[in-house]
Amino acid sequence: MSVSMSILAILDDGPAYGLQLKNDFETRTGSIWPLNVGQVYTTLSRLERDGLVRPAGNGDDKSYQITREGRARLMAWFDEPLEARSPGRDELVLKLIMAVGRKGVSAGDVIQAERKAAIRQLQDYTKLKREADAAANLGWLFLLDSLIFQTEARVRWLDACEARLRRARPFTQRARRAASDREEVRR
Amino acid sequence: MILEMTDVTRIHGSGHLAVQALSRATVMVDAGELVAVMGPSGSGKTTLLSIAGGLDHQTSGTVLVEGVELGSLSAAELARLRRRRIGYVFQQFNLIDGLTAAENVSLPLELDGASVKEARPQALRALEMVGLGDLADRMPDDLSGGEQQRTAIARAVVGDRILLLADEPTGALDTVTGETVLRLMRDHCDRGGGGVLVTHDARFAAWGDRVIFLRDGSIVDQTDAQPGPETLLNTR
Repeated sequence: MSVSMSILAILDDGPAYGLQLKNDFETRTGSIWPLNVGQVYTTLSRLERDGLVRPAGNGDDKSYQITREGRARLMAWFDEPLEARSPGRDELVLKLIMAVGRKGVSAGDVIQAERKAAIRQLQDYTKLKREADAAANLGWLFLLDSLIFQTEARVRWLDACEARLRRARPFTQRARRAASDREEVRR
Repeated sequence: MILEMTDVTRIHGSGHLAVQALSRATVMVDAGELVAVMGPSGSGKTTLLSIAGGLDHQTSGTVLVEGVELGSLSAAELARLRRRRIGYVFQQFNLIDGLTAAENVSLPLELDGASVKEARPQALRALEMVGLGDLADRMPDDLSGGEQQRTAIARAVVGDRILLLADEPTGALDTVTGETVLRLMRDHCDRGGGGVLVTHDARFAAWGDRVIFLRDGSIVDQTDAQPGPETLLNTR
């Protein structure tokens, strides 16, 4: 969906070949999401079947242009907020759920290793942002900010997990001590 | 090396009331380096920063700024070193209300014995550097939060200050303004200065070349010198 709408958006600026569409898409997204030409032509065929694009010129040169229906679909995409998706399975969440209380695995160590990896990734994104020219490519900065906020959210969640873990630990120890005291009294 | 903190411990109180705020922390900051210190509230971040800047004294360990051991200095010598070589930036900009931006920035130079005439051109240069040359004669109340923090950075780097210490400098700012402040801190380091940035916010810590993780007063981990963006491409 996102690739087909992006192709419609680029074609809305003027007719283009598959390779031009690929290059334009990758320039706007800083090559973070590479596209292959085959994927572009498959998408174009689907869009043509649905009447959203048509061959430009005499049809021999494989360039495409957007149709009136295509433009209407594109504008609807901009107008309507994306539907909230049901949460997918997240490997990191599962990893922590499985780590808690497991013998031989320290959930705290797992959290720190993941946090460190996330911070390294944030450093990479931030370096790209530092080097980016705000005037030249605003879209690239939008994309970097999106990656940065998603990674930051992961770190904040890890921080919260760690704080909960630390609070739970003394409680678990206290509960165990109380249980063993009760046991003593019974004996 | 601009800052060398070796095995620094800080204990408040004594006997059974003793609280260890910092435990055997070793932090090195080279010229050109911005080091971020991350940790939750109460992990010892501010204590570390205060000791690095000579505002607090360690219980044991050594702190050297440009090779000079802070513990070996008299109170007057330490105050002079703080005025001349170390700049501080805080979350609440700490500008003096009754003084213009330029007067705020001139103040550390004047406290160090410079005349108003000597201090003003340096203050204007520092304000120029943070993009506030045109607002030099505004009062703090007439500046936005971001402009006030940029003024505070100009005040922290004015003259020949080499070590920049910042305690949650972006805490009171929105995302994009906070970024401007970090770009200025980076610029200071890229010109050969050194910086320590204390923050609980990963997004801002990532501006550091290295990130140090503090827990309960101890350094528990740190990232290596900043990797290149090629690792980003490997994560695809």
